[in-house]
Amino acid sequence: MTTQPVRFYQVGSFAVGNRLLDPDQRTVQADRSRSNALTSGHRACQGCGEALGARYVLDAAMRATGGRLVAVNATGCLEVFTTPYPETSWQVPWLHSLFGNAAAVATGVAAALAVQGRDDVRVVAQAGDGGTVDIGFGCLSGMFERDDDVLFVCYDNEAYMNTGVQRSAATPPAARTATTEAVGPEPGNPFGQGKDLPTLAMAHGVRYVATATVAELHDLEAKVERAMGVRGARYLHVLVPCPLGWGSDPSDTIRVARTAKETGLFPVYEAEGGTVTSVSPIRRRVPVTEYLRLQGRFRHVVGADGTVHRPDIVERLQQMADATVERLGLDRPAFGEGGPAGTGSPRTGEAVGTGNPRTGGPAGEGATP
Amino acid sequence: MTDLPFGISLDVGTSLANKTGSWRVERPVYVDRLPPCNDACPAGENVQRWLYHAEAGHYEQAWRALVEDNPLPAVMGRVCYRPCEGACNRAQLDEAVGINAVERFLGDEALARGWSFEAATRPSGRRVLVVGAGPAGLAATYHLRRLGHAVTLVDGAERPGGMMRYGIPKFRLDRGVLDGEVDRILALGVDLQLGTPVTDLPAAMRDGGFDAAFLAVGAQLAHRAYIPAGDSARVLDAVSFLRDVEGADPPRLGRRVLVYGGGDTAMDAARTARRLGATDAVVVYRRTRERMPAHDVEVQEAAEEGVCMSWLSTIAGIEDGKAVLEEMELDADGFPQPTGRFHDVAADAVVLALGQDTDLSLLATVPDVTVAGRSVQVDGTLMTGHPGVFAGGDIVGPERTVTTAAGAGKRAARAIDAWLAGGTLPQRDRHPLATFDALETWYYADAPKAHRPVLELARRTSTFDEVVGGLDEGTALFEARRCMSCGNCFECDNCFGMCPDNAVIKLEPGQRYRFDYDYCKGCGICVSECPCGAIVMVPEEL
Repeated sequence: MTTQPVRFYQVGSFAVGNRLLDPDQRTVQADRSRSNALTSGHRACQGCGEALGARYVLDAAMRATGGRLVAVNATGCLEVFTTPYPETSWQVPWLHSLFGNAAAVATGVAAALAVQGRDDVRVVAQAGDGGTVDIGFGCLSGMFERDDDVLFVCYDNEAYMNTGVQRSAATPPAARTATTEAVGPEPGNPFGQGKDLPTLAMAHGVRYVATATVAELHDLEAKVERAMGVRGARYLHVLVPCPLGWGSDPSDTIRVARTAKETGLFPVYEAEGGTVTSVSPIRRRVPVTEYLRLQGRFRHVVGADGTVHRPDIVERLQQMADATVERLGLDRPAFGEGGPAGTGSPRTGEAVGTGNPRTGGPAGEGATP
Repeated sequence: MTDLPFGISLDVGTSLANKTGSWRVERPVYVDRLPPCNDACPAGENVQRWLYHAEAGHYEQAWRALVEDNPLPAVMGRVCYRPCEGACNRAQLDEAVGINAVERFLGDEALARGWSFEAATRPSGRRVLVVGAGPAGLAATYHLRRLGHAVTLVDGAERPGGMMRYGIPKFRLDRGVLDGEVDRILALGVDLQLGTPVTDLPAAMRDGGFDAAFLAVGAQLAHRAYIPAGDSARVLDAVSFLRDVEGADPPRLGRRVLVYGGGDTAMDAARTARRLGATDAVVVYRRTRERMPAHDVEVQEAAEEGVCMSWLSTIAGIEDGKAVLEEMELDADGFPQPTGRFHDVAADAVVLALGQDTDLSLLATVPDVTVAGRSVQVDGTLMTGHPGVFAGGDIVGPERTVTTAAGAGKRAARAIDAWLAGGTLPQRDRHPLATFDALETWYYADAPKAHRPVLELARRTSTFDEVVGGLDEGTALFEARRCMSCGNCFECDNCFGMCPDNAVIKLEPGQRYRFDYDYCKGCGICVSECPCGAIVMVPEEL
C-alpha cells in the first residue's frame, strides 16, 4: 500500500497557530506572552491593517532581539492613532519623528548607540507609504546609501489615509482617492506613475529587502527575524489594507491582503544585495477582479458582485499582474505544498527592474540597476 | 505644582485607558456549530470530536470519545455506508475525509491494545430485557449497562451479532473483529441467553422480573415471490443462504447463479456466490441502476469481482439448469412494466434477495403495540404503545443498516433510562449546521484523501478474506488531520493573532479563547478568518 509521510498539520503553515506543533515552531503571534508592542486602546479604525502589521513586525523584532529594541516612527496614521497625548499604545521604546525624517532619526539613534558601544540594542524605523515613498524618500535613500544599521519598515496602505485619503506615489493605478477622483475617461489614479520602493531599495544595493502582507504571518515573521539577523541597512515593505481608504469591509482586511498576493498584483519576495533570492509563490491564483471587487476605491472599475464596468482598465491591471507573475516566477509550486521541497524557490540570479510592477508602466520605465 | 518638564502638563498614560469597545455595534461570539458528519451519523457519533483527539495522535482518547455513542467502531469501520463522508464539507474542497477508515483504525487499535469499557458507576437496581443480539440490541445493552441497569440479552441464534454475523459476509466483516467487539460489550456483565427465542414477551418480562424491554429482533424473514419453478430447480432465499454460509457446511450453488433483487443483500449474495465457485454470478433487477437500492460501494465492489448485472429484467420461471427472464421497461412514472419479450439464461441456482420481513409473533399477546406494514410503531423515544416496551432497529425502520440500528440502541437505552427514572428523555437542542460557506478553507493545507488498500481481485473471488484493508498509523493520522473541524474551534490562534486590537484572550490549551469586549471594536476579522466558522457577529443592544 502507499503511505504518505505525516508532514501535515491540518492547517499547514497558513494559520497563526497550530496546537499540533511544538510551541517554538508556532508564530510569535500565537504566543500568549508575545510583547504586544502595540497594545489595545489605540484609535485605529475597525479592521486596521496597519495596526496589525505594526504589531506583527515589532513583536517579531522584539523576540528576535530579546526585547532590546528602539522604534522610530514617522508621522502618519500609525503615529496619530497610537499616541494621542498623553496616551501611548506602544510597549516598546518609541520616538516620534517628523513626517519625512524617520530614516534620519533612526540613523541618529543607531549612531548614538554605537558611540555608547551598545551593539545589543537594535533600531527599527517605521513609516507609512507617504513617509516612505514621498516625503521621507530623501532621508531613506541616504540611510540606504550609508548602510546605516536600521531596519526600515514601510506599512503600505497606498495613500495618505489619516488626512483624508490623498494619493501617494504608492497608490495603484485606477484607484480612487480624494485627489484622484473616479471621473473622466481615465478615472482614478493615472497609469504609469508612482514608485516601486522595494525595487528602488534593491537599486541601492541594500543588504536585505523583503515584501510581505499581513495575510501571511509566518512569512512576515520569518522576514523580520531574518532582517534582525543582518547588520546594516534593511528594508521591509508590508502591504496593509486600509478599510477606510480602500473602501473595503473591515472584516475583509486579511482577505484583501491575501487576494492582492494571489492575483499577482502585490508580489511577495526577498532580495539580497539587489538580487531577488526567493519568492512566495501564488497558491491559488485568481483574476484581478477578485481583488478589485472587494474595494470601494475600484468600484468604478468592478462592482462588488464582480460586474466589470471598465473592461479596458481591468485588462491593463491584469496585464500588470501577469507581467509581475511572469517576471518573478510567482506561479511555480510552493515549498512543501504540492511539490518537492525547494522547487520554485529560492530563485537566484534573477535580473530585476525590467518593468515597474506598481505602476503598469512599460518595461524600462522602472528603476533599472 | 509639578516636576514635569517644561511644556508637559500630563504624565504619560497608556492607551489601555481608552476602552475602544464602546465603538462596537456588533460583537463577535464563539459558537459551536453542528458538523455535517455528526449531523449525518445515524448512530449520533460526535465524529468531529473523536477526530480532534485522533489528530493529536491520542488514539485512546479518540476511541473513548467515539464509544460514548457507538460501542462497535471496528464493525462500523467496515460495514457502515458512511453517510458522514457523504455530508463531509471537505468533499467540496478536494475529497471527503476518510472518516470510516479512521474509525476502523481506532476500532482495530482498541482491539489490538485491549482497551476496555469503563464499567457502570453504580447499579441502578433496575432490570431490562433486550431481545435480539444484533447491532441494536448490543448497542442498547452497552448503553444500559453503562447507565447501571442490569441487562438480560436473549437471542434465538447460537451466537451473538445478528445480521452482522448471519447477514454480512466475512469478506466485508472479519468475524474475529465482530467477536472482539461483542465480547467487550459482554464483559460489562451481561446475562446472555443464546438459542432461546422469546415467543411471548409479557410472559418473559413477568417471569424475569424485568422493568422494561427493548425489542430488536431484526428482519430475518425473506420476502418470497411466486415464480413458477420446476421440481429440480434450485431456489434459495438470500437470508438463509448467507446464514448457511456461516455454518460448517456452506451451500453448493453450481457454476451459474442468478440473484434476484437490487439491494445490498443481493450484492452480498452474488459476491458470496463468486467466492463459492460460481463462474457466472448475475444480479437480475427489474429496474435500472439509478433506481437500485444497493449502495454504490457495494455495487462497485461487486462489479469489480465479476458480478454481472441484468437490468430491467424479471425472472418469469425457473427450470432445471435455466431461468426464463422477461425484459421490462419503465413507464412514465418510472415503474417497470412487462414487455412480453422473454429469453433463457443458464442457471444452476437462483437466489432470491427481495427484501426482508419481521417476525413479530412475540408481540402477539401485547395488545397495545401497533404494527403497520413491516414496522413496529414507536414514539419519539422509541417506546411502543405498551409502556416500558421499546423497539428499534430493522423492526422499526425505515433505514435498515447496522449503523442505524446501533443508533437506535443508544436512543432506546437513554429513553429507557429516563423512563425508569419516571421521566422522558429531554429533547436536546441541536446546534445550527456548519455549512461549507461558513468556513474559510484557505487555511487548510492541500491534502488529497489517503485511500485504503484493497485486496487483489484474484483473492477477492477465491477467498473470504476482507476486501478492504485498514490504514496504518501514519496514514490514519494523516487522514484524521484532513478534518476541517467544521463549526468547532480547534485552537488555530487565528482570532488571537489577527485581532488588530488585541481583544482576544487566549486561555489554557483546550480552553479556547475569550473576547475582551473592553477593546473589541467589532471589525469582524476574527469571524472572516476563522477557518472553521466557530465565531459569529451578533448585534449589540443599543
